Amino acid sequence: MGGRTSNYVATTRWGKWLDERLPIGRVVKNQFIDYPTPRNLNYLWTFGGILSLILVGQIVTGVILAMHYQPSATGAFDSIEHIRRDVNYGWMIRNFHSVGASMFFFAVYVHIFRGFYYGSYKAPREVLWILGVLIMLLMMATAFMGYTLPWGQMSFWGVTVITNLFSALDTIINGLGTAIVEWLWGGYAVSGVTLNRFFSLHYLLPFVLTGVVVLHIWALHVVGQNNPTGLDLKEADDCIPMHPYATSKDAVGIFAFLLLYAWFVFFVPDYLGHADNYVEANPLVTPPHIVPEWYFLPFYAILRAFTSSFLGIPLGQYAKLCGVVAMFSAVVVIAFAPWLDTSRIRSAKYRPIFKWFFWFFLFTCVALGYLGSKPAEGVYVVASQIFTVCYFLFFLVAMPIVGIIETPRRLPRSISESVLGKGGGGLPSGAAAAPDVR
Amino acid sequence: MSTEALEPNRRDFLVVAGNAFAAVGAASLLWPFIQQMNPDASTMALSSVEVDLAPVKEGQAITAMWRGKPIFIRSRTKAEVTSAVDVDVKNLPDGLARNENLPADDPATDANRTIKGHENWIVLIGICTHLGCIPKGQVMGDERGEFGGWFCPCHGSQYDTSGRIRKGPAPRNLEVPTYAFMTDTKIKIG
Repeated sequence: MGGRTSNYVATTRWGKWLDERLPIGRVVKNQFIDYPTPRNLNYLWTFGGILSLILVGQIVTGVILAMHYQPSATGAFDSIEHIRRDVNYGWMIRNFHSVGASMFFFAVYVHIFRGFYYGSYKAPREVLWILGVLIMLLMMATAFMGYTLPWGQMSFWGVTVITNLFSALDTIINGLGTAIVEWLWGGYAVSGVTLNRFFSLHYLLPFVLTGVVVLHIWALHVVGQNNPTGLDLKEADDCIPMHPYATSKDAVGIFAFLLLYAWFVFFVPDYLGHADNYVEANPLVTPPHIVPEWYFLPFYAILRAFTSSFLGIPLGQYAKLCGVVAMFSAVVVIAFAPWLDTSRIRSAKYRPIFKWFFWFFLFTCVALGYLGSKPAEGVYVVASQIFTVCYFLFFLVAMPIVGIIETPRRLPRSISESVLGKGGGGLPSGAAAAPDVR
Repeated sequence: MSTEALEPNRRDFLVVAGNAFAAVGAASLLWPFIQQMNPDASTMALSSVEVDLAPVKEGQAITAMWRGKPIFIRSRTKAEVTSAVDVDVKNLPDGLARNENLPADDPATDANRTIKGHENWIVLIGICTHLGCIPKGQVMGDERGEFGGWFCPCHGSQYDTSGRIRKGPAPRNLEVPTYAFMTDTKIKIG
């Protein structure tokens, strides 16, 4: 990784013995203690650490919940109530897990938008970015299957609607979609059989996700972190050791984030959920208004924007297929950002036109989220259609064209110049570049 | 050893054949692992149910369960039948009957959606063909949409009194399951 010279020295006999057989101490020292970190990272860069912590938390609380949960159509709903009322501290662990899912998505969305703003997807970080998109897809699959497990009305009908997306394939090859859906369900409708397999996969996928996270961090440590200027590390002054500088900043970010998390867990644990999910699943009654969890709302709005016509274009029987294709494309297109953006300047700080498109894109995503929570009728449908077009225009038109027509602002010569001003580069009085200088 | 390319010999043949057999074997072992997720024998066994229609009065509807799916059974009024018969099939979004009892390419006339001699009865799988919600319209006071049939609350699909899609994102008419009249007041579904 990086090919930097290692200054790890094993001090004990046992340490030397282990270093020759499994150099784990060397890796930790090189990659997580001495690792050169850009000196200008802001608090948006603490979300990587926050996400790692939440992932561990979700796995720990999830393993505990699985000790008390019953994955069957007859037992699931009651066992959740049992966890909340009877199991010692079950209410707390359950809230950590259910609120944790929302916090996970909140943090990952901040992390992704930070990447968009500072151009973290650009060369040489393409593989790092694609691994990130893969992690988001795995998170979505895991969260979706997890939401099935309480077996409330929203769980049941959420699964019904989302698994039915695959039946759109019937418009291409008759019978293919239905065959896939029945295969997913293990029956002719969503049932306890479906619940059981989703529980199995919900337990499995976080470990797959952890594997991809390891690759994500590996890829990060090969190419190095991006930073608010988007410049590469050029001089020794540009970086500081990861520990204690970046780690202590991460700790501040993590504790601030935990305050928000704890506030939800202890004061409004059900605020982000739906009252309908405290009604046991009933295959004969659809709730009047099905909405997914908040973190899926923008994608749900894109799916629903394709009614029998789209902005006046009649779609006929292809409406459903178009909606499904658009929804999946909305995620997949993110992976192509490294090649869609034609600008070689990474950070939007130095891109006067792109900056406005970024903020408008953020607004588009929030607007789609709002529209996804509204009923699919009247003006909401038209607005969803307009913002769906805006979403894709950002990637397919704004990214390539702005990069060509834009004149970027003058870039600082180096990271240290951007921090210390012109003529800087030397140490400012009172600042220590490394802890041993002070 | 020669550095020139040689004619394939017996060993090359054995390597290719052996690897090919291993690949085919591995691929065929995959099938049971996929097939285990399909509907199992106990699910397939729930093949038919009988429903007594005697208590259902004109204009009323009941919902039966078949293979875990709701089955809409409505006794249509004369006006509802007429409004369904009067529709020109050419103007329908989905022009096919979607009736399990008939060939797949029959047109979606009201006659093809019902059984001859029992045209007042409409029997449907009560699952919206968009994304699988249960449309409203079975209970008195339910929203039934512009066409007096069924209205799906999830994404606004509207079905007429023959269960045909008329407006909204659903691609197909509500399906008519395999069923037959045992007597004038009893049907067997499946």
